[in-house]
Amino acid sequence: MSAKPILEKLAVLADAAKYDASCASSGTVRRDSVGTKAIGSTEGMGICHSYAPDGRCISLLKILLTNFCIYDCRFCINRASSNVERARFSPQEVVRLTLDFYKRNYIEGLFLSSGIIRSEDYTMEQLVEVARILREEHRFGGYIHLKTIAGADPGLIALAGLYADRLSTNVELPTEEGLSSFAPEKKPETIRKTMASVRVGADAAIEAAKSRLIGKAKPPRFAPAGQSTQMIVGADAARDDDILKTATNLYSGYQLRRVYYSAYSPIPDASQDLPPVRPPLMREHRLYQADWLLRFYGFERAEIMEGARGGMLDLAIDPKLAWALQRREAFPVDINRAPRELLLRVPGLGTRAVDRIVAARRLGKLRLGDLAKLTASVKKVLPFIVTPDWRPGKLTDSADLRARFAPPAEQLALAL
Amino acid sequence: MREVVLKEPGDFAEWRSAARGLLASGIAPDDVSWRGSAEGASLFGDEAVVAPAGAVSLPRELLEIAERVICHRDPETAARLYRIIWRAARDRQLLARTTDSEIDWLRKADKAIRRDVHKMHAFVRFRRLGEEAGRESFAAWFEPTHRILRLTAPFFQRRFYGMDWAIVTPDARAIWQDETLNYGPGGTKDEVPDSDLVEDQWRTYYGAIFNPARVKIDAMRAEMPKKYWKNLPEAQDIAPLLAGAEARVERMREAAVSMANPLTDKWRTRVPEDLLLDDDVKTLADVARAVDRCTRCPLYCNATQGVAGEGPERARIMLVGEQPGDQEDLQGRPFVGPAGQVLNEALEEAGLDRTRLFLTNAVKHFKFEPRGKRRLHQNPTTGEIDICRWWLDKERALVQPDLIVTLGASALRGVTGKSASITSMRGAVHELEGGTKLIATIHPSFLLRLPDRERAAKERALFVADLALARKLAA
Repeated sequence: MSAKPILEKLAVLADAAKYDASCASSGTVRRDSVGTKAIGSTEGMGICHSYAPDGRCISLLKILLTNFCIYDCRFCINRASSNVERARFSPQEVVRLTLDFYKRNYIEGLFLSSGIIRSEDYTMEQLVEVARILREEHRFGGYIHLKTIAGADPGLIALAGLYADRLSTNVELPTEEGLSSFAPEKKPETIRKTMASVRVGADAAIEAAKSRLIGKAKPPRFAPAGQSTQMIVGADAARDDDILKTATNLYSGYQLRRVYYSAYSPIPDASQDLPPVRPPLMREHRLYQADWLLRFYGFERAEIMEGARGGMLDLAIDPKLAWALQRREAFPVDINRAPRELLLRVPGLGTRAVDRIVAARRLGKLRLGDLAKLTASVKKVLPFIVTPDWRPGKLTDSADLRARFAPPAEQLALAL
Repeated sequence: MREVVLKEPGDFAEWRSAARGLLASGIAPDDVSWRGSAEGASLFGDEAVVAPAGAVSLPRELLEIAERVICHRDPETAARLYRIIWRAARDRQLLARTTDSEIDWLRKADKAIRRDVHKMHAFVRFRRLGEEAGRESFAAWFEPTHRILRLTAPFFQRRFYGMDWAIVTPDARAIWQDETLNYGPGGTKDEVPDSDLVEDQWRTYYGAIFNPARVKIDAMRAEMPKKYWKNLPEAQDIAPLLAGAEARVERMREAAVSMANPLTDKWRTRVPEDLLLDDDVKTLADVARAVDRCTRCPLYCNATQGVAGEGPERARIMLVGEQPGDQEDLQGRPFVGPAGQVLNEALEEAGLDRTRLFLTNAVKHFKFEPRGKRRLHQNPTTGEIDICRWWLDKERALVQPDLIVTLGASALRGVTGKSASITSMRGAVHELEGGTKLIATIHPSFLLRLPDRERAAKERALFVADLALARKLAA
């Protein structure tokens, strides 16, 4: 293999990594470098050190160890049959880059993935080796996110969990048919098994921590920031309902912290099986909103789909509003008396606004003017609420309520 | 009118001691005029009142907020904060009054400060000064919106303990050297190096991680406002990246589909020959491998794996349960979850050694309903049980037990192919085709669901008795 200069490798292997949406560095344990006298800390809340012009946060050095790959997934820039330029880092080079970037405060840590070379186990070993060098030889305390290679030996995954804050295995396509036609080497059951072994590892570590006899003897943590996955949106025929069905299965079975939805965007040297479309960014956005409803607003998938048509979420309005328009009998809701769960269902009220309302109404009745200080969009909530100085009357049931919120058609076209 | 002159705007300790004195002397906010001072005049004019610490008690949360908000550049900050603590001393609920306009101001100012702190944590860019005895040193120039250096320096200390560093701002500087953090006066940009070799790598990375097909300039500018750009080395690349984005996407779209990489076949992994035909299943190991690939019914779609039976091939007793549960599905082994625990204890009490039994289920894939972070068990349908019988029959044929114990109704259906109530079958020994004996009892998960303690104990005793009968029969 010819030795490319580091700048060229970096350009190739960062370019190859950008289709992975995750860049989170939050949700892990607190660590600092005071005890180790080395470098690196994590404080719970992640930090985005920069933003690219695509609006995405840059929190981690997100690169591939190599973009050589024996798999031939149609949607992937690194598939075996692609003519993209190839490169490979040595573990030492990745360690060097990570530390150099970290010391200049460019990043929170490393997100390392890789094309599959030789075998799943060999590839996983290489990823684990980078994390090992960082943690053991440099006592690096920053954030590490490792990709778990589906099908790798559970022993390697157990090792990865000891060094990494987060592990992730990408589902990529939500349905069995999608995977078998676009990613013939990927098997959904292999992916699920890998996720299961991450969860079993995490459960075992929690169990060990609970049952320890000496309070101070802390057993090693296992991927304290949990595991996540990604699904590509718009590359195959899967509907939003399929995507959310898979997401709820994964959340419930493997305790995923996050499911990322990534609008399929054109890649250089694309396979002819894929339409050269604009990335469906609005669809991606609606899926994230639906995901939030599932995790923080007490919605079930079936309820969210009540506001959908043909298994697809409404692109013009958000999924909570779409649901509320189908369920008008549940409104209006009394801001001063409704329980928290009901307030969460009011379109336009987020979890924070609801918390503020619940806290503020203990000290006195809330009127519309008060509400303006607690939430950003009073106008949006008006048809769905009651306060001492406001009743929506017929507004809640008016036929043109949707038109009040949906943007004019030409704007929608732009947003897409 | 009392005049207070603060020597160092943004210094919490100075403001606090002044405010304490005023509060202790009962001087109302309207009777105080707060001024910042460039020439460092005396703290209280002529009639300073210094109150002992703790003389006035205020909510801790308020003091924490005040410590941040005093850094705000709004010239009215000191006065507004004093008005709030004056009121807070008389109204313990004040902070919770989020609809109060002064509290609204306080929350917003605090939010602005916390955002500025967060952005400083994010956007400081160190440049390398050099290295001495293996210890590297770095410096950064940063222009925060508010006077927040003291709020942010401890973060950099926790993060960069193992290197020396200095952060210079227009108002003040922080220096971490010899494991000590010191503060000094403000400085200028030219005290800090104007380049760093690694910046080229960083800018290369920034350009490569940008996806030209999804430009969202507003999202970027909302989180990385332009005021910070002048000190971010990567920001100089934003304009050229944006200028070239559309053309790059166009090129991708118009590029003719090229021939597959000639090395494809050499690299490509061979799809493993894992699809066993039914006739190929000859051993229990084959069953375990093949059941994992079973697609006879749709249950495989959501389960992690097919869970085959487990135990010695020559086992005399075969225990059949309903289906794998959450833990069994994750671990790929039967009876390792809560019901498995109950079973283990009952087996021990009945004098049966689990390692000498063959344990399996009527249905090999977990059927569930996702509910938030949990998977709720669902009963398999008779159709699913009957389809999965193919595997149970295979296991029965390979193990050839003398006795089968069915746990629950699904297991009974799986073994006999007929639905019958357990109550009608229980307590007796039945004979299956081919002479295998059958005992029907409850599923251990039934015991977990009984809220009434007395009844649970009674049912448990019956369950143990059934297992003891099995032991006697197989002996």
